[in-house]
Amino acid sequence: MTPPLDDAALPNRLPRPKEELEALKRAWKPTSGLGLLKEVNNNIIGVMYIATALLFFVISGTLALVMRTQLAVPENDVLGHSLYNQFFTVHGTGMMFLFAVPIVEAIGVFLLPSMLAARDLPFPRLSAFAFWAYLFGGLAFFCSLIFEVAPDGGWFMYPPLTSMKFSPGINADFWLLGIGFIEISAIAGAIEIIVGILRTRPPGMTLDKIPVYCWSMLVMAGMIVFAFPAVIIATALLEIERAFDWPFFIAERGGDPLLWQHLFWFFGHPEVYIIFLPAAGLVSMMVPALAQRPLVGHDWVVVALVGTGFFSFGLWVHHMFATGIPPLSLSFFSAASMAVSVPAGIQVFAWIATLGKGRLQWTVATWFLLGFLFIFVAGGLTGVMVAVIPFDWQAHDSYFIVAHLHYVLIGGMVFPVFAGLYHWWPTMKGTMLSERLGRWAFWMMFIGFNVAFFPMHVSGLMGMPRRVYTYPGDLGWNVLNMISTVGAFVMAFGVLLVLIDMARDAFGRGRPAPENPWKAGTLEWIPNDDYATRSIPHVRSLYPLWDNPNLSREVQEGAHYLPGAPTRRRETIVTSPIEARPQYLMPMPGPHWSHFLAGLFTAAHFICLAVQLYWVSLVPGVLAIASVFWWVWSLDKGADHPPQDVGGGWRVPVYLQGSENHSWWGTAVLLLVDGTAFACLCFTYVFLWTVSPDVWPVGTDALPGLGWLFGEVGLWVVAAGAMLLASRAVAHNRNWAMRGALLAGLLLMLAAAVAEPYNRIASGLVASETAYGAIVYMLASWQVFHVVILVLMTGLALARSFAGRLHARRRVTFDNVMLVWLYTCGQGVVSLLLVHLFPRLAV
Amino acid sequence: MDRRSGRSEARRRNWRGAALAGGMGLLAACERGPQSALHPAGRNAEAILDLTLILVAGGGVIFLFVMALAGYAVIARPERFPGSRAWIIGGGLVFPIVTLTALQVYEFAVARQLSDTGGVEPLRIEVTGYMWWWEVRYPDVSLEGAGEGGEVLRTANRLVIPAGRPVEVVVTAADVIHSFWVPSLGGKMDMIPGHENRLILVGERPGTYRGQCAEYCGAQHALMAFDVVVEPPDRFEDWLAAERRPAAEPDGPQQAVGRDAFLRAGCGSCHTVRGTPANGAAGPDLTHVGGRGALAAGTLPNTPEALAGWIAGAQHIKPENRMPSFPILGGDDLHAIAVWLESLK
Repeated sequence: MTPPLDDAALPNRLPRPKEELEALKRAWKPTSGLGLLKEVNNNIIGVMYIATALLFFVISGTLALVMRTQLAVPENDVLGHSLYNQFFTVHGTGMMFLFAVPIVEAIGVFLLPSMLAARDLPFPRLSAFAFWAYLFGGLAFFCSLIFEVAPDGGWFMYPPLTSMKFSPGINADFWLLGIGFIEISAIAGAIEIIVGILRTRPPGMTLDKIPVYCWSMLVMAGMIVFAFPAVIIATALLEIERAFDWPFFIAERGGDPLLWQHLFWFFGHPEVYIIFLPAAGLVSMMVPALAQRPLVGHDWVVVALVGTGFFSFGLWVHHMFATGIPPLSLSFFSAASMAVSVPAGIQVFAWIATLGKGRLQWTVATWFLLGFLFIFVAGGLTGVMVAVIPFDWQAHDSYFIVAHLHYVLIGGMVFPVFAGLYHWWPTMKGTMLSERLGRWAFWMMFIGFNVAFFPMHVSGLMGMPRRVYTYPGDLGWNVLNMISTVGAFVMAFGVLLVLIDMARDAFGRGRPAPENPWKAGTLEWIPNDDYATRSIPHVRSLYPLWDNPNLSREVQEGAHYLPGAPTRRRETIVTSPIEARPQYLMPMPGPHWSHFLAGLFTAAHFICLAVQLYWVSLVPGVLAIASVFWWVWSLDKGADHPPQDVGGGWRVPVYLQGSENHSWWGTAVLLLVDGTAFACLCFTYVFLWTVSPDVWPVGTDALPGLGWLFGEVGLWVVAAGAMLLASRAVAHNRNWAMRGALLAGLLLMLAAAVAEPYNRIASGLVASETAYGAIVYMLASWQVFHVVILVLMTGLALARSFAGRLHARRRVTFDNVMLVWLYTCGQGVVSLLLVHLFPRLAV
Repeated sequence: MDRRSGRSEARRRNWRGAALAGGMGLLAACERGPQSALHPAGRNAEAILDLTLILVAGGGVIFLFVMALAGYAVIARPERFPGSRAWIIGGGLVFPIVTLTALQVYEFAVARQLSDTGGVEPLRIEVTGYMWWWEVRYPDVSLEGAGEGGEVLRTANRLVIPAGRPVEVVVTAADVIHSFWVPSLGGKMDMIPGHENRLILVGERPGTYRGQCAEYCGAQHALMAFDVVVEPPDRFEDWLAAERRPAAEPDGPQQAVGRDAFLRAGCGSCHTVRGTPANGAAGPDLTHVGGRGALAAGTLPNTPEALAGWIAGAQHIKPENRMPSFPILGGDDLHAIAVWLESLK
């Protein structure tokens, strides 16, 4: 007999009426059969997302096995040079872009809502769209191998090797368009994660009570926002150079191959931490659960995560120590590279201290975590070695680096993720993976890994460069390579055991798990269903289940917030970002075809571009836009229900507009991405000038007159004013004034966007002649691109206005358009000041 | 006396290489390679090996300590495990900041030493990377009879340098990015189109050391090697004098047939053989090709048979390289060309 719960202190009275649970179940009923394609529930999307990422891990890993076979003996001919070069490019690209980043986002999609006790992430269709786009894009990318047109420029695709002159085939386009496209999916995920963590926390979970994993995901998503735009701009510049011969990277015409390296590594180094931090977050959750005590130095670990995020943007040049950059500049990056080991050290010692102060449970996850500690510490120490510039001059681009990066990435990310698979598997459908198979898998993977990768430190220092498809037999590398190959197969066998274990479970052979099998302290261990937990708990500490042993039962009986579905549809509570007070009840979109079709057509559009069917690509392009319109049309429902009681005395509205709305936050984050991309273009302008000032115009004769500058800036300012007028008109429901102001503003923006390339053409500037011309036209095109987006967005707002879906009390769509609009006007002004004034002042 | 100290010097180097390899538990590394940072033959490679040893030893001690601590944390009872937050502050903050600051100071000292020429005017050599071979120019060495400001010495896939004298290697690339790396002599430097990078090498022990392209540069990145020959100063001067001379006249009828066939087949449109009408610039200069250690940028041994095979089937041996296969050449011509080229020492 369990004692009755003390419900006076609880947000909702017990017992709950029976129909409440039924309404909840009805609202969250999953679709079946083909309907799976329409699904948006994070429990389902998250699992498919993780499974797809693991599939791509297996494919990329299999490529590695073939490569190891080729390298087992000198002068082998299992793979020719062409296939080998495609294999290592696809292996690296697949592991980095199609496995590592997606799987950490996928785990977030699956795990974050339950750790935050939210019913779902704030933009369920966006994460479903991101998933489908990723699945189709990834499959197309790997299929390029079958037709032997896979990219073969290495995963960092350095031009000029990847420029049109040296890679005329479509191989490089597959990389540029495929990966550029998959980055869209990663950014969508990041927006989802940021808004989810900041706005859908359970009441009472103030900033100091956020689980470490959520912090790590918040930092990681923030890093995606500031890092990914750099690689998107880099890929866009290279693709444009290939397609239209605009010489951004061609030295003879004032471009510079190093521009690519700066942009790529400004993304590429944070990328490593984008992969590692979520894994570290998982470790910081598993270690306390398995040691049965709170994480030692919780605040230190959080500060370390945030610090890593900051530092990681100051390290990119350590990939370029051998490019001839002056030693004084290099020394700054060497120091920063070493400094980043401080937050890593803080976390390692926090984990060790927690292990020391706790009583450890021996599970498969424990083994993987200890393996992680071993490999990651070793990889971190070799990381300090390669941060030492003279040592790096020997180690750089040798097998030493291959060893180091695999120690850091497999140790730092794959082992924690596998630990996490075993650890959180029971939260999926209440079954457990096999402890026995898991242990075998761990030892195979651990031993295999070290046997495969440790000797590479030595072969690298013995002079073996990376990315060679063959090597002569008289350089002393033969034994080491054979050992590495054997280790790789042993490790692969371990991975296979994990797959077998998961397949056993999928076929119903998994053991049923007890509730909270590892006796963890955080919310994801409260039993849940399609609708997540029955009610949303009030959180009072970092480990709510440890501090209130009754919490799980209270939640399951509906004694906490939102125990039903008061508006009879999917919904979750939106809370304030710092104090986590309930603000409104967000209606969540249910299953739908639109986001699936949008993902499918977007992928089809990019594939058509990659195989150079430019005109054909318009068809899926237009269809994708139409699908997105369909998708957003039914959103932004307005206050269609009265405020609802969610418990604890909170009666909250079902609609909130203005800067507290979640989609306003989503748009704001998107504009941070956009602004970073623009900053990268401005950097490109200034960088190219420092490299080749000689291609910049001397004197004002070659420049358009200042009249153009004043005129265009004036147009942007007036367009912004038109938007502010339209906003006031909306507030007073003056529909025709609003529509008129929007149309007038659009025309002004179109005029401004066209005037810039027009006056450049008139002044005789040719984009393909010099890097100067290329970047000037690029900045102008960037602005034109924004105006095209705004034409679509404004069209949506106008359509909603005519359909009666946009007015003073239902203006979230309008507010989002306004944000993008005002940003575009501001960007236009900055861009014009740069391209018109810089040559006058600096040259 | 001199020789004995040289030998003990060599023993010291062996010992260090073996210590490192042995320390890593891999005896395989003791195999001496001509392309190994663990078996230095030059000043910079030695300095970096010393640095490497310190890093490996220091890293190894830290690694063992952390693992021992983790092991103890796992097995010890909670009340016996000393300290908790103190580990984070001591191990995660104070210790790394102190050691890494010291490491930075040492690092900069080494980096400065690596670019030092000791007040000696270095020998300048310009190396340009091509897909997939190396053009080598001695910009301060004019050809025999060319006079001041005339044509300078140009060769391929092999640098000859005097022992003990600093060499400034100026590197760039003609097509894509390559990287110049001779592990036994020093670190690497990228060769980037539009950029001129500089690298100081000081060869100490005479011998032949292998270098290889270290930046992925397309289809045949794996087959882009070269040799650096460190010669005692007097032998270096001899080599220089010989190299400045044009190719020798054919010695005997077969060599003459070979030369004529070479010119008839159009080889001269890509290759230069000084002293003959062949003056192409797209491929390696072959004026003294017979004296080099290897063919096709470290791909084949330098023998008449290998050379004949290369001419007949360059695309088979090193697919996609810029040299076409010449299967139309008859066996006799092919052999004669190979014999003639091999005579050009």
